[in-house]
Amino acid sequence: MADGMVEKRGVGLWFTHLGLIIGVLIIFFPIWLAFVASTVTQPEIVRPPMPLWPGDQFFENYRKALVSGINAPVAKMLFNSFVMAMGIALGKIVISLLSAFAIVYFKFPGRRLFFWLIFLTLMLPVEVRIVPTYEVVAGFGMLNSYSGLIFPLIASATATFLFRQFFMTVPDELAEAARVDGARPMRFFWDILLPMSRTNIAALFVILFIYGWNQYLWPLLITTDPSMNTIVMGIKQMFPSGDDIADWPVIMATSILAMLPPIIVVISMQKLFIRGLVDSEK
Amino acid sequence: MATLKLDNVKKRFGQTEVIHGVSIDVKDGEFIVIVGPSGCGKSTLLRMVAGLEAVSSGEIQIDGTRVNDAEPMDRDIAMVFQNYALYPHMSVFDNMAYGLKIAKTPKLEIADRVGTAAKMLELEDYLTRKPRELSGGQRQRVAMGRAIVRKPAVFLFDEPLSNLDAKLRVQMRLEIKDLQRKLGITALYVTHDQVEAMTLADRMIVMNAGVADQIGAPLEVYENPQTEFVAGFIGSPATNFIPAETLGDRPAKVARVGVRPEHAVLADAGTGQIQGKLVYAEALGAETLLHLRLQSGEMFTIRQDGTVPVPADGTLTGVDWRQSREISFGSDGHRTPNESAA
Ligand SMILES: Nc1ncnc2c1ncn2[C@@H]1O[C@H](COP(=O)(O)OP(=O)(O)OP(=O)(O)O)[C@@H](O)[C@H]1O
Ligand SMILES: [Mg+2]
Repeated sequence: MADGMVEKRGVGLWFTHLGLIIGVLIIFFPIWLAFVASTVTQPEIVRPPMPLWPGDQFFENYRKALVSGINAPVAKMLFNSFVMAMGIALGKIVISLLSAFAIVYFKFPGRRLFFWLIFLTLMLPVEVRIVPTYEVVAGFGMLNSYSGLIFPLIASATATFLFRQFFMTVPDELAEAARVDGARPMRFFWDILLPMSRTNIAALFVILFIYGWNQYLWPLLITTDPSMNTIVMGIKQMFPSGDDIADWPVIMATSILAMLPPIIVVISMQKLFIRGLVDSEK
Repeated sequence: MATLKLDNVKKRFGQTEVIHGVSIDVKDGEFIVIVGPSGCGKSTLLRMVAGLEAVSSGEIQIDGTRVNDAEPMDRDIAMVFQNYALYPHMSVFDNMAYGLKIAKTPKLEIADRVGTAAKMLELEDYLTRKPRELSGGQRQRVAMGRAIVRKPAVFLFDEPLSNLDAKLRVQMRLEIKDLQRKLGITALYVTHDQVEAMTLADRMIVMNAGVADQIGAPLEVYENPQTEFVAGFIGSPATNFIPAETLGDRPAKVARVGVRPEHAVLADAGTGQIQGKLVYAEALGAETLLHLRLQSGEMFTIRQDGTVPVPADGTLTGVDWRQSREISFGSDGHRTPNESAA
């Protein structure tokens, strides 16, 4: 039995790893192609066969993308995306923490009704309510602005629901102990509930940052000024209309740049993120 | 330290009344234990005093001031919870200091008070630890420390020892007793363990389904239970109850007669007050518990000294006791005065 295990480990381990490596290569290949395409010249891309190894245009293409881009400098679009993703992630977290706090800890008339109303919005994806939302945002004069990009996406039934579930696992006695200790509700929220939720907050931040970063339809609709474009929609805007020739190396460089911030966020918050998903520290 | 007064305090949840009017005057420095079976309303009563549960009617006074509508923090009370309710992300020090911090106590004084409490509770080595790094007994002590540092007028305990194992429970019981002597605290202490009640209480409140059946010093309650419920609940093994008509020769208003196991002795078959058959005997060393089945089919327990010989199981035997030790109850479950009693 023990022998078999060891043997299995010897050969099986190699096969397992081989399988995993092949899998990773298959998934990674398109990204590699994009990277290669971002380091060569336009004629090299267009001429078959496609190059498989990086060329010498790396700095040239990336500098061109960052500084001038096609419609707007990519640096500006990156910044816009960053503001939007941060705004959405932090805004969603703050709003849903507060609404979950209200729903779990306060008895007010219509508490269940409000919870179900929030819950109901889960069933309405952005696309369904996009036209009325556009009307409202336009009415407030928030087209082509950061607030227009951020506010309509801030309400979050998912995050509210998540925090509600977490708060409900916090023993009632803890809130009562804080009350006896003299903590008023917001003090309890700040001193006790918030620190206890920090792993959940971190996990949610990662998910919501990527959600915000990847927004496409909404920014496409409300930012007509190229300097307000976000990067994910901006890539699409770089595609030529009509007979223009696409500047593929620059587009590819932009795509690679667009991937970096989410990767950085995931990697830097990985430890907290996994802890938040796996255990809830009580 | 302070006095506490409950005046006909009642509690309703919606339409159901769960506390039917409890009154007591607690003197300064008195340790009151509330004891009763599960669901009788002990916690609810305590939580009303704490301010965590609204009072439906009646009045609660701390130091002569009505506090019915005061927030817990304004009542000058501290509470020790059954599950300790320690803040999981704070160190032992911060747990104990939290109330003081909120009250904006100067830093030096906080350190001083927490230090004193930690020393008293032997927690000095653990001040930087988180609650999850402590044993059950240590957590319990932190919870007590959190109450002590605030120097409240009244201490409230809700079954603070029920999550500990038997040995630790005895140890912590002694520590609480000791602490109470040192600090002279006014306290309400909820438990369903009668040993805790008997040993800790200056006076105890025996609760039965939302009613304070009897309030008095432990031994007084033990010797003079005012209701059948109290007689049955306080004392272990429980009091034996015999219908008065099977005994004959009792006043007409007596419905049932209570006899404590230690007051009954075996007698020759055919003699004594009643007859029974020994079902089994539990020899506990210092004492032996004899379980008999009476002719009426009911069980009867006798507690006798461990050195007294025990008849074989199945033996028919008489049971005797001094009539003056009987506790007799009317048909309403209330005590009827013993005419024969001296
Ligand atoms: N929030 C509530 N709503 C309705 N009924 C309640 C509520 N809290 C308690 N009760 C009822 O009040 C009664 C007394 O409850 P309480 O918790 O005071 O009992 P207890 O004596 O502390 O019991 P235990 O020894 O099990 O802790 C119970 O019958 C319980 O069902
Ligand atoms: Mg209780």
